[in-house]
Amino acid sequence: MNTSMLLGKLSLDALPFYSPIAAAGAAVIVFGGLGVIALITWLRAWPYLWREWFTSTDHKKIGMMYVGLALVMLMRGFVDALMMRAQQAMAMNAEGYLTPDHFQQIFSSHGTIMIFFMAMPFLFGLMNYVVPLQLGARDVAFPLMNAISFWLTAAGAALVMVSLVIGVFSTGGWSGYPPYTELSYSPTVGVDYWIMALLVSGVGTTLGAINLVVTIYKMRAPGMKLMQMPLFCWTALCASLLAVFALPGLTVAAGLLGLDRYLGMHFFTNDGGGNVMNYANLFWIFGHPEVYILILPAFGIFSSVIPTFSQKKLFGYNVLVYATMCIAVLSFTVWLHHFFTMGADANVNAFFGIMTMVIAVPTGVKVYDWILTMFRGRLRFDTPMLWSIAFIVTFVIGGMTGVILAIPPLDYVFHNTLFLIAHFHNMLIPGVLFGLFAGYAYWFPKATGFPLDEAWGRRAFIFWVVGFYLAFMPLYALGFTGAPRRMAYYDQPEWQIYFVIAAIGALSVLAGIICQVIQLVVSIRNRDRTTSFAGDPWGGQTLEWATSSPPPEYNFAVLPRVNSLDAFEEAKESGQPYVWPEKYDPIEVPRNSMTGVLLGGTSFVLGFAAVWHIWWLAALSLLGVIGIVIARSFATDTTRFISADEVKAHESRWRTAVLAQGKASS
Amino acid sequence: MTDQPNQHPGINISHARPEDGRHTEVTVFGFWTFLMSDAIIFALLFATYATMVNRTAGGPTAAELFDITNAFIETIVLLASSFTFGMGAVALKEGRVGGVRLWLVVSLVLGLVFIGLELREFAGLAARGATAQASGFLSSFYVLLSTHGLHVLFGCLWIVVMLAQISVFGLNRQVRSRILRLGLFWHFLDLVWIVIFTVVYLPAVAT
Amino acid sequence: MFQDTMLDPAGPVSAATRDLLFESVGLMLIVVVPVFVLTAFVVWRYRAGNTSAAYTPRWNGSRLLEMGLWTVPVTIVVLLWFVVWNRTHELDPYRTIESDQPPLVVQVVALDWQWLFIYPEEEVASVNRLVFPVGRPLTIQLTSDSVMNSLLIPALGGQIYAMAGMQTELNLKADRIGVFEGRNTMFNGNGFSAQTFTVEAMDMAGYQAFLAEARTSPNALTEESFQTLAEPTVNGPLRLYSSVAPNLFHTIMGAHGSMPHTVAEPDMSSAPHHADHAR
Repeated sequence: MNTSMLLGKLSLDALPFYSPIAAAGAAVIVFGGLGVIALITWLRAWPYLWREWFTSTDHKKIGMMYVGLALVMLMRGFVDALMMRAQQAMAMNAEGYLTPDHFQQIFSSHGTIMIFFMAMPFLFGLMNYVVPLQLGARDVAFPLMNAISFWLTAAGAALVMVSLVIGVFSTGGWSGYPPYTELSYSPTVGVDYWIMALLVSGVGTTLGAINLVVTIYKMRAPGMKLMQMPLFCWTALCASLLAVFALPGLTVAAGLLGLDRYLGMHFFTNDGGGNVMNYANLFWIFGHPEVYILILPAFGIFSSVIPTFSQKKLFGYNVLVYATMCIAVLSFTVWLHHFFTMGADANVNAFFGIMTMVIAVPTGVKVYDWILTMFRGRLRFDTPMLWSIAFIVTFVIGGMTGVILAIPPLDYVFHNTLFLIAHFHNMLIPGVLFGLFAGYAYWFPKATGFPLDEAWGRRAFIFWVVGFYLAFMPLYALGFTGAPRRMAYYDQPEWQIYFVIAAIGALSVLAGIICQVIQLVVSIRNRDRTTSFAGDPWGGQTLEWATSSPPPEYNFAVLPRVNSLDAFEEAKESGQPYVWPEKYDPIEVPRNSMTGVLLGGTSFVLGFAAVWHIWWLAALSLLGVIGIVIARSFATDTTRFISADEVKAHESRWRTAVLAQGKASS
Repeated sequence: MTDQPNQHPGINISHARPEDGRHTEVTVFGFWTFLMSDAIIFALLFATYATMVNRTAGGPTAAELFDITNAFIETIVLLASSFTFGMGAVALKEGRVGGVRLWLVVSLVLGLVFIGLELREFAGLAARGATAQASGFLSSFYVLLSTHGLHVLFGCLWIVVMLAQISVFGLNRQVRSRILRLGLFWHFLDLVWIVIFTVVYLPAVAT
Repeated sequence: MFQDTMLDPAGPVSAATRDLLFESVGLMLIVVVPVFVLTAFVVWRYRAGNTSAAYTPRWNGSRLLEMGLWTVPVTIVVLLWFVVWNRTHELDPYRTIESDQPPLVVQVVALDWQWLFIYPEEEVASVNRLVFPVGRPLTIQLTSDSVMNSLLIPALGGQIYAMAGMQTELNLKADRIGVFEGRNTMFNGNGFSAQTFTVEAMDMAGYQAFLAEARTSPNALTEESFQTLAEPTVNGPLRLYSSVAPNLFHTIMGAHGSMPHTVAEPDMSSAPHHADHAR
């Protein structure tokens, strides 16, 4: 490949005309993107978006942008999944419709997107939105840094998306194992896209996690002790601490791989003294805690949803808190179970197998705590609750197959097979994604004022659950036969029917996703009828329900004083759930800032330039990043006051809505 | 917001200025959390170095390459800069703008001298063929040291920015808080260097 | 479908693995089945419409129940620890399988995207075809001439990575005659999907016939012809070599050797044993 000063390795060859399918995918992205831009322009919505969203430092808006990003990336990641299922259903003794090279890009981008650009932003979005509200705080500890975190995550996601149009993506899977991902075996820019996307978004995630840690430790409502926080805040705290401690593993692994590729060093190369095993260790020192970064907050969501819809207190709060902390600590002691087959000593393998099983204990206890929460309750089966029940039943199957994989001799047989794929999808789809959907449906009316349509929600739920079982149970069966993951084609006729069933499952999930899109449209269209400003649609127990829907920018006009668990529930019990003082004070909130979006944009350019070796541009954007930070450090007028009158106006409007609702229901 | 502000090691300002303590508590706690994350990056680079130190691929070994005298001078320079920064912190506590400026400049100069010494060492090694591309061992050596070196460089840039902010804002609360956090960063880098000296240079001499 | 897989074992390792699977699943069902039953019961019984069911909105814990909740899984997991510890040692891939016959050593080199099997005792080699006598333990020594690979023979059990510059080991045995499939399970590029090999467990006569066939092959595996063989190949043919350059396996390892012929360094705990230091 020629390299020029001006454009680096970039040339017209980078356009995806290597395959009509890739070209079509690129066209969808390009025209879809252009279409959105045209629509926004036509609606003249740019100033609005810029003012109210892109430059916002309000944790609620940033949270919603995170969720929006996650939903878009969910579509992209799911299309990848659908294409893989279609390919494997067809490719028995045949090539299928995808070339191996294209198929490899698809499974790599599917994994990378679903973990880093779907599940992570979705979780960070919900945590961002909900944690300060549940803590009775006005915002996160560092509102501007919050915006920066989001925009860096978005920049990483954009790099993955751009790889679809300009150049190629990595073929090395989401874990990017060298030496396959070294320059000698993967000479294209694909792996570089993967590295840059992870590094850029990794910085964002680290900052976001620090922000949440500090918010939870330092910004709780007056009087709220740690053991009086809602369980979701506990799980958010543990997940954020895990991110603070674990993400360096990813940064170092991807960074060193990048140094091998860019500067010809020898960290993980076959020659020159490289050590591929070191990569496996670094990556999984991050990778295993990452699983719990994803799943702990989902546990927190279930722990919010189940009591609310059982109309009952959470069973075993203390136990759930300790179990969460146990899991968080133990998650750093099990990484080696990802490579039992690398030839370690039997003592070492047995030790890590045993440690892995220890984690199953607090997890199992949690499952029983949720069942006991429902025991002697009054269960309402709204969609958040449906997702939660489906989670409990499905998740234990995944837990069981997880313990199977934790037994080293069984892992020798199942490692790298479709059994492993079935297992981790069995953890991450019911465990994380169903939790995210439950949280999405649960907090949607808080964020917008109107609920999601229940009928379409149920349809989506049924398609998703049926689709999940159809798509992944056959993969367990295939795993027993030793069918490996990541096959573009195969020659065992008896496998095909299982792949066909799995493909039907994927179609069912597609129907579920379509239902979710329709649900969103229908809910927005019906919002005039369904909107309620009063703010407590479910009979919630925690403080996020003790303010209007949507909440004002300052969240709470008067910071609630907390002296028990489930503060809002207790306030209701005492008969005085709401406090409306006679006189309000002006409230200080952070001003909007374009720093976040500028840093995100500049980092995107930096990543893109580095991928294509356009060094002048990389240097320029690096200087840009530093310059923006320094310039911002000289800003002084960074907050503004919401006047007492404005606060009073909002609060009395809210009060009217609450009183009207009270009358209607009594 | 708990009712009692906590004290954080390294920033014991609540005694002299209770107001500062309350305002900076959240920021300082956040900065400590960041330093923990950063410390793990270094820990992983140390672990990588430890696994790579014998992977010389037939090239020069640690014992053949490292010059403990130079590393010792670097150590002294960096430790001295920590001391001078500490003097700056004392001046800050007493509100002497001139003192703060002076000690920050001295620390900056020492930081730059350190970087210069490190670059000189790198150039010397490269001239003997010991480049980062020569072996896994040297890759891990260069990356560990340059990661620390880039942190020092970043610290120097931060000092320059703070000198500018002192000129623009004077020693207001925010500037004071930033200088104290910069101090934490600066001392943290010292600590990392001590570990580098112990893990990288001392064993090379001992063998 | 499950013929010649770990569910239909053809050797002692896969048989023991299958038994272990059933045992551990059985133990876990003690925790898992109640979840299904209880969830179904609770969801039905305590639905909001059923006002005759008990309702205790403030009930949030019970010391006795909580102790039970911890005790049962802890007991099961402690039982599993013993299972894990013992079986991990019994089924350690590095452990030579006990037999009255000495193990047959086969040296395996993973290539892009083929498998080379060297028979050092017989000084012959085959490509994409592993043949050995039934009843005699097999010691497979692995390395890679390319990226990381992983060798799995579902009918016989086990799986271990093959990595350049390093040697790993896998001990297997077949108890019945049969033709099975073996393959690479670690993704390694364009030819990955087709990187399978034939495993033939034969009686002694069949094995001797295979060796005789190999010895009549016109091909010799030298360092030069190995370089040709190592070129990336998808769906490569079965091949036999009547002779093998002495120590070729170690030469290949040394070519990537970061540090061949040295003592295994105190690496991170997962370090496989380096060349010449098999356990």
